[in-house]
Amino acid sequence: MSDTKDTFTIDGQIIEFDHGQTVLQAALNAGVYIPHLCHHPELKPNGSCKLCTVTVNGRNGSACTQQALPGLEVENNTPAINDRRRVLLQMLFVEGNHFCPGCEKSGNCQLQALAYDLEMLTPHFRHSFPDRAVDASHPDIWLDRNRCVMCELCVRASRDLDGKSVFMLAGRGPASQVVVDSPSGLLKDSALTLDDKAAHVCPVGAILPKRTAFKVPIGDRQFDDAVISNQTDYLATRRIDTNPTTTDESLAEKV
Amino acid sequence: MTATLVSPTALEPLVDPILDKHHRCPDRLVQILREVQESLDYLSEETVAYLARALDMSQAQVRSTRDFYAFFYRENRGRYRILVSNNITDRMLDNHDIFNHFLNRLKLEAGKVSADGLVSIDYTSCTGMCDQGPAILVNNHAITRMTLHRADEICDLIRKQVPLTHWPAEFFAVSDNIHRADMLLGGNHVPGEAIKAAIARGRDGMLAEIKAANLRGRGGAGFTTAIKWDAGRKTPADQRYIVCNADEGEPGTFKDRVLLQSYPGRVFEGMVIAAYTVGAQQGFLYLRGEYLYLLASLEAYLAEMRRQNLLGKSIAGVPGFDFDIEIHLGAGAYVCGEESALIESLEGKAGRPRVRPPFPVTSGYMNKPTVVNNVETLCKATEIAIHGGKWYEAIGTKQSTGTKILSVSGDCERPGLYEYAFGVRISQVLEDCGAKDAIAVQVSGASGVCLSEREFGRRIAFEDVPTAGSFMIFGKNRDMFEVARNFIHFFAHESCGFCTPCRVGTHLLSDIMDKIAAGKGTQYEMNELLRLQQVLKPGSHCGLGQTAGNAIADTVQKFRPTYERRLAQTDFVPAFDLDLSLAKAREVSGRDDAEAHFSEHVEH
Repeated sequence: MSDTKDTFTIDGQIIEFDHGQTVLQAALNAGVYIPHLCHHPELKPNGSCKLCTVTVNGRNGSACTQQALPGLEVENNTPAINDRRRVLLQMLFVEGNHFCPGCEKSGNCQLQALAYDLEMLTPHFRHSFPDRAVDASHPDIWLDRNRCVMCELCVRASRDLDGKSVFMLAGRGPASQVVVDSPSGLLKDSALTLDDKAAHVCPVGAILPKRTAFKVPIGDRQFDDAVISNQTDYLATRRIDTNPTTTDESLAEKV
Repeated sequence: MTATLVSPTALEPLVDPILDKHHRCPDRLVQILREVQESLDYLSEETVAYLARALDMSQAQVRSTRDFYAFFYRENRGRYRILVSNNITDRMLDNHDIFNHFLNRLKLEAGKVSADGLVSIDYTSCTGMCDQGPAILVNNHAITRMTLHRADEICDLIRKQVPLTHWPAEFFAVSDNIHRADMLLGGNHVPGEAIKAAIARGRDGMLAEIKAANLRGRGGAGFTTAIKWDAGRKTPADQRYIVCNADEGEPGTFKDRVLLQSYPGRVFEGMVIAAYTVGAQQGFLYLRGEYLYLLASLEAYLAEMRRQNLLGKSIAGVPGFDFDIEIHLGAGAYVCGEESALIESLEGKAGRPRVRPPFPVTSGYMNKPTVVNNVETLCKATEIAIHGGKWYEAIGTKQSTGTKILSVSGDCERPGLYEYAFGVRISQVLEDCGAKDAIAVQVSGASGVCLSEREFGRRIAFEDVPTAGSFMIFGKNRDMFEVARNFIHFFAHESCGFCTPCRVGTHLLSDIMDKIAAGKGTQYEMNELLRLQQVLKPGSHCGLGQTAGNAIADTVQKFRPTYERRLAQTDFVPAFDLDLSLAKAREVSGRDDAEAHFSEHVEH
């Protein structure tokens, strides 16, 4: 019996897990999709976007922070839970300024991919059209706060992987915004460089390397091939790619 | 008006003594910012840069903390900063008239500093003076019982630039208003008696008594105190902390303010007893910024306790029993009442609630075991130390032992504190405070429950109506829709912004309530309110978002006509207002004639 793995269930399906894994990690490894935005396999969980909220033994909790334990009964893919997720997505869309058709991230954007996958047909709520600053000062990297979803992946990547703490979330409530650690508050005066993981971890188009926007054409991008819920292998194992020029080569091969 | 630029060399003599006082510890950042602002009036980018350098922190970290708290200002807000408390109880006492009077007299725009950089005025969340409102804060010092006459006097003092310390003392008088005292408010306090009683029982004995008493937390959640203390003491650690949560931000609550003002011995001795039982060496009192006026007297009381050897080394002659208490002030953030957010704030950061588990009892302040208890809970520990758990357990109900202090405000003859054994009926409280025509009582604050007349037979107890102590009464002429609208504005203002449902959802709810208030809501909006509540309640990260929609859900259910009479008689009115969208263009072009407006009904 010693080589039998511990298990729990998601919507009745038995999921094996290793000690120390979260419900979300174990689910993705087992090929079960749980929607999420602020999780990345290279980083510690944050539990803020709340898209991965599931019920665990009847109680609501974030799958990304919930430790996997033997015998847990998790409900994930139910109409009621997905309804709530759709509302959360609508909230994120109306809170910022998201214009997918003109966005360089389109096709690689997790927010957009989630909205397609969960069949979010309209933003439903009134757009708040916030006035948010764009920082184009850095020679290699854009910071467009209009698209920020406050997931703090850049904050965590810079602090925990790059050892720089270039980004912080400041302010309160909807006035929260990513601030940059530099005397001027501008990216150009910060320690951020193009080979930082923080420059490439953004799940939406808020932080983007410059001059790479359309090198991979629309149609050939990550979530163009298959809906995000069918890409659990990618979501479970992905690494932050700090060398976006590789996409050039892959493109060249295709052409 | 350009702000006075302070060069780094000019900052040094002002800021360095404050930095030194706090040993240049980054975890004291909230305290440092508060004290620096006291002398500089606001915290400019230059000040941020200077502090970051001196504390060896990143500027982004300092900005993150500064920009989180409502009482920290990045731009000049004047040497006199007036904040008018905007709880529903202040509203019912016509605080809007006071606010507008200030605006007119001082020729101000809300939220903007005067042209001469002298004064600004804005609203703030409940300041905990509901029994003696309308209340304001001037540079965070509380002034109660505001009248138009008093507002005039204040305007004159500001115009003459009289320092706050020279304003009439009666402005700052805060009354206790105790109308019903029981074992805590009526008890006799002999300094040191409770601590010595606890020591006589021993560490295990004291914990056993707390357990036997079935003491539960008075902050609202009602968690069993003995479990918390036991977990704190069992977790292996070289350092443990006791935190007294005096961030009494729940609208309508003010009992902790009275306990700290007139019963500080119980509070601090409760902390010492907790420290003795748990094995903690350091304690913090986290005092909400609105209670700044209490700081000096509390510091003096702590000094006296040290003199009497009730704090410090070998307390009460017990070798190795070392414990001391430090007071930290908040800076205008309701969410810091949540224990993990409070700990973040104690560590000098923005008060965003942590992911739990781990719970503070195993990993709290500086990742060490930290027991966070409410002010009243700690007072209760002194009673149990003296009289024992069995005696205590006999008072109240089975699951809610002992007494509970209620902060009564709103439509009644005698607002103030009422202490009852648990199990008291709502109707009894209403009778005692002289509330003759109540239609509703909001129990446990904006996050609590709204009870209508037919529920006045219910009892205050964890098994029926649990409460953190707030008890706001609404008479027959009150509009419960406006009550719910006031509360949702409060939550939208106080949402920390960490999680999506609360950050966005509280604002969507406020917008919908405003739309209904403007007569543009329909049945569609009524459905939307409840739909959003079904996302916020299960999906939010902490209690703030989970309870933000409660008052709306309660009043929709119990006071539906007050919503319905505001609804437009159509299927739907768009939220986007074509005419309003031209307001900016009208302002720029200086036009306001009929041609510059869309007509009310678009003709086809």
